[in-house]
Amino acid sequence: MAYTERLDGRKANGLREMSGKVGVIPNADGSAEFRTGKTWAIAAVYGPREVLPRFMANPKKGFIRCQYTMMPFSGTGERIRPGRSRRAQEIAMVMDKALEPVVDLTAFPNSVVDIFVELPQTDAGTRCAAITAAAMALADAGIPMRDMVCSVSVGTVDGTVVADLTYNEEAFDGHVSDIPVAMTARNKEITLLQMDGHVKKEELKIALEMARDVMSKIFDVQKKALVAKFAEVPQ
Amino acid sequence: MNTAMITFNKNTVLALAKEGKRFDGRKLDEYRGPIEIESSISKSAEGSVKVRIGDTVVIAGVKLSLEKPYPDTPNQGGLMINAELTPLSSSRYEPGPPQMPAIELARVTDRGIRESHVIDTKKLCITKGEKAWFVMVDIVSVNDAGNLFDAAGLAVMAALKDTKFPVVDEEGNVNYKEHTDESLPIAKDTLSITIFRVGGNLLVDPTVEEEDACDTRLTVSSDATGVISAMQKGGEGTMTIDEVMKAVDLALDKANFLRGKLQ
Amino acid sequence: MSNIVVENRDIVIPGDLLAEGMDYIPGDFTFREDEKIFSKVLGMVSVSGRVLKVTALSGPYLPKIGDKIIAKVTDVLMSGWRVDTNTAYTAVLNVRDATTRFVRKGEDLTGILDIGDFLVCKISNVTSQNLIDVTMKEPGLKKVEGGRIMRINCNKVPRVIGKKASMIQLIKDATGVEITVGQNGLVWLRGSAEGELKAQEVVRMIEQRAHESGLTDKLSKFLGVPKREIAPDTVPEPVVEGGEQ
Repeated sequence: MAYTERLDGRKANGLREMSGKVGVIPNADGSAEFRTGKTWAIAAVYGPREVLPRFMANPKKGFIRCQYTMMPFSGTGERIRPGRSRRAQEIAMVMDKALEPVVDLTAFPNSVVDIFVELPQTDAGTRCAAITAAAMALADAGIPMRDMVCSVSVGTVDGTVVADLTYNEEAFDGHVSDIPVAMTARNKEITLLQMDGHVKKEELKIALEMARDVMSKIFDVQKKALVAKFAEVPQ
Repeated sequence: MNTAMITFNKNTVLALAKEGKRFDGRKLDEYRGPIEIESSISKSAEGSVKVRIGDTVVIAGVKLSLEKPYPDTPNQGGLMINAELTPLSSSRYEPGPPQMPAIELARVTDRGIRESHVIDTKKLCITKGEKAWFVMVDIVSVNDAGNLFDAAGLAVMAALKDTKFPVVDEEGNVNYKEHTDESLPIAKDTLSITIFRVGGNLLVDPTVEEEDACDTRLTVSSDATGVISAMQKGGEGTMTIDEVMKAVDLALDKANFLRGKLQ
Repeated sequence: MSNIVVENRDIVIPGDLLAEGMDYIPGDFTFREDEKIFSKVLGMVSVSGRVLKVTALSGPYLPKIGDKIIAKVTDVLMSGWRVDTNTAYTAVLNVRDATTRFVRKGEDLTGILDIGDFLVCKISNVTSQNLIDVTMKEPGLKKVEGGRIMRINCNKVPRVIGKKASMIQLIKDATGVEITVGQNGLVWLRGSAEGELKAQEVVRMIEQRAHESGLTDKLSKFLGVPKREIAPDTVPEPVVEGGEQ
C-alpha cells in the first residue's frame, strides 16, 4: 500500500496553514513568531551586544549564536525535562550554520547577536519553524542580511515524497525519511540539510526540488509579516 | 558591563514614590492593563495559558503523568511547579541552568498552591502505593516587563483550571494525543500577590524600573476566604509589623481583584 | 538596459531586488550582486537620482565621531571612566575631557562622576574595532541631573528631533519638558512629573509612526500646538543632522 493520500488530506507538496508576526516580544531588539499547523516557534534577537565570555569574541566581525528550546509541555508525549539536551544543542548549532551565510556583521567586530527560540507547541518540523522565525526576527532587529532564509522539512512516507511532515507522518508504519532543509530566499542555496530515515537517491532529488519549489510560500509569510509592521497607522 | 544590566531612572522612581506617585502615572494600588488570560494555547499540554499583565507575558503549561506515589504518601498523587526565566524574555536572563530568581519564583508559587490544597492530591491516586497522577506545571517567561510573581501565580492557577486528563488505555498507558472531559480536582482559587516597597511606599504590579528601585517585597498567597497559605519576604530592607499587616491587607484585596479575571 | 523595480518609500526586506543594470548606484543598506542592487535591511526605499538607498526601520546604533550620545558610567578607571553606550561597545571618558578644573593625581574621581551617573557626551574618536572615546568639553554636554531616561529605536532619532529640531520644539511647547536626544537612542526628558509622562508618550508615538509622512503636522494637530522651526543659528547646541524628508 503506497502512501497516496496524506493523513490530513494535503497534496504531496502542500504545506500546513502558516502564519507569521513580528515584534511579539517588546523587550527584544527583534522578534517574530511563526506557526505551521500545530508547530509554533517564538524567536527573539538581542544584540549586537558584548560577547561574554570575552575569549569567544571575533575581532574581525560579529557572530550569531542560536538557542533552541522546546517548552517542557510542548512535546507530543511526556513532559520534556528543562535544560540543554544534546538534541537541542545540535539543533542550535545547525541553526547558526543555516543563518550565518546571509548575516553581515562586519561592522560589529567583537560582538554577538543572540537568537533565542522557544516552542510552546510542536508537531514536527520544529527546527525549520525555528529557522524561519529566527530569520524574521533578525530582519525585524535590523541586522544587515544579504537575503532571507526560509526553511521547511520534506521527506518520504512509504515511497511518496511530501512536504512539511507532521508527527503522525514521521511515525508512519513503513519507510519514512525526514529531510529538514533551509534555503536562501533569492538564489535557493541550501544552508541547512539533514536527513534521518530511509530514502533513495531519486527520492532525495525529488524531495529537494519540492523543498525549493515550496520555499516561496514560506518567504511570502515572512515578507508579509515584516511589511505589516510598518503599515500606516490609521488616524 | 552588559547594557542589559543598566538600571534606568532609579532615582526618579524613588523621588516620585516619596510623593506617592509612580513613574508611569499609575496609582500605587493600580495594575497595568490589559490583564488577559488566553487558555488552551498549546495542544501539546494537558492545560495551558498565556497570561498578560501590561507588557509582561508568561506562558504556563501542565503535563500529567502516571507515577508510583512517594512511600510516605502512598495514597496521594503529586504537584510540582517549575519556572524558566528565559533569555528570550529579557536581556537580563542568561542561558543555562535556573538561577536563584527562577528557583525562588517557582518555589514561592508552588508553596502558595500546595499549602492551600488547591488540588486534592488524594483524588489523584488510582491504586494505593502503585499508581497516581502527578501534575507538573511549567512557567515560562516570554516578556519580563516586571511583576513576574503575580503573572506566574495567575498563570499557574489558570493553567490548572484549563487542564483535562489524557486518555488511559486498557494496559494502563497514557495516550497524550487524546484527552477526556475530566478536569483536575480543584478545590479553590489561590493567588499570590507580591507587594513592593519603593521609597517607603507600598505598591503593586511594579515595572522593571520599580523592581530595580524596590528595597523590600512581600509575597502573600491567599484564597477567596482570605486564608493565607504562603508568604515570602524578599529584598534587602527590613519591615515593621505594621507594614507587614498593611501589605497583607493590600495583597488580600488585590488577590480578589485578580481572582475576578480568572473566570 | 537599466530598470528600477521599486518606488520611493516602498517597504523592502533583506534580499529584495531594488534595480537591475549598472546605471544605478547602491547607497546605504544596499549592495550590488552581479548587475543587480538588493536591500540589506528591513527599511524604506529612498531614490535620489541614480542613487538607491534604504532607510533602516530598525537596527543597531553604529558609533560615529561627532555624534552626541547619552551614556552611563559603569566603572572608574585610573584616569577616567568607562561608560556604557547602549551598544555592544563601552567607551572611555578621560578625566581631562570631563572637567576643566585641575584634578590632583590620585584624587577620587567619583567626586566628579560616580558609577550609575548618566551623561550627555560626544564621541571624539572611534577605531575600526569600535573602541570609543567620548568627551564632555563642549557646550550642552553635561551630567544628567533629574528627569528620566527613555530608550528608543536609534533609527527614529532624526524623526524625534525633527527638521531643524521642530519636533523637539513641538513637544517642549506642548509639555514644558526639556528634551535631549542621544544618537544612540537614549532620550533624556526633564520637567514636571506629568509633563515627562506626556512627553514620553509623544516620543513613543513618534517612534512608532516615524515612517509616516507629514508626522510633525499630524502631531502639531494632535497636541494642539503650532509647529515652529528653530533657525539653525539660534540653536544653542549643535544641530543634529537628519530629519524629515
